Amino acid sequence: MTEQELKPKVKEEAPAKGERVRPGRVFIPAVDIFETAQALVLVADMPGVSSDRVTIDLKENLLTILGQISPPAEKHVILAQEYAIGDYYREFQVGELVDKDKIEASVKNGVLTLTLPKAEKAKPRRIEVKSD
Amino acid sequence: MPIFFERDPYQELDRIQRQMDALFQNVSGRERPYRREGVYPLVNISEDADHIYVQAELPGVKPEDLEITLKEQNLVLRGERKIPAEEKDVNYHRRERESGFFRRALRLPAQVDPNKVEASCQDGVLTITLAKPEEVKPRQISVKGA
Repeated sequence: MTEQELKPKVKEEAPAKGERVRPGRVFIPAVDIFETAQALVLVADMPGVSSDRVTIDLKENLLTILGQISPPAEKHVILAQEYAIGDYYREFQVGELVDKDKIEASVKNGVLTLTLPKAEKAKPRRIEVKSD
Repeated sequence: MPIFFERDPYQELDRIQRQMDALFQNVSGRERPYRREGVYPLVNISEDADHIYVQAELPGVKPEDLEITLKEQNLVLRGERKIPAEEKDVNYHRRERESGFFRRALRLPAQVDPNKVEASCQDGVLTITLAKPEEVKPRQISVKGA
C-alpha cells in the first residue's frame, strides 16, 4: 500500500432526465467495478444514504442505482458549506449475462456493494480436450 | 515576522472566506463551488443555539481509522481511507474510488466547550457536535413592563 494522500473531489452532478418530483440535487457516485469468475461487483460511494433508501433496478441491460439521502432533521444555520448534499444516481449498461434472481446488495458506512452473479452460460467454462 | 497582522492571519483569512461564502450564497442562492484545494475531507459547518456541527463525508472510513483532536478552537481530522484489496484474479473495469491518508485542520467559528464534544459516523457521514460554552449562548432577555 502506498502512502497516498487523498484529494478532495467536487461532486459531479448527474445529467437531468426530465424533471424531478422531489426538489434537490443529484450527483454521480464514484464507483469501482470489477469482475470475478462468478460475478460482476459494483462498489459505489454514497455517503448519507442508508440501506433502506437505495433502489436498484436491472431492466434488460440497463442497471440503475438510486440512493436517496435522508432529509436533515433539524434546521441549522449554515456557516460554511464546502460540499453539496443530494441524492445519487447512475446508470450502467451491463454487457454480461446476469442472474437477476441472485443479485445481492448491501450498504455499509455509506458504501454500496452490489454483486451481480453471472448467469450459468456466461461463466467461463473449461473445455477438456480429449486425446485418443 | 508578520508585523502587519495584529490577529492570527489564518483567522483573518477564514473570516474573509466566510464573508465571501455568505455573499455568494445571498446572490445565487446556492453554495459556492469548492475553491480550496488539496484538503480532504471537505466539511460543512453549521450551528444552532447550543451547538456547532462539523460534518464531513467519509464513505467507507471506519471509526477506528479516524482521529479527531481539538485544541482551543482548532479541530484536526485525520485518518485513513482503506479499500480492501480484492483477490488477485479479479479484472477491474472501473476504479474511481480512492484510498489514502488525510489530514484536515480547521478553525472553528466560535469557542466551544472542550468537555462536550461528540462525534458519530452514520452512513459514511461524520458529524462532530461541539457544545457552545454557556457564556456565548444566545440568551433571551425578557422585557419588563413598567
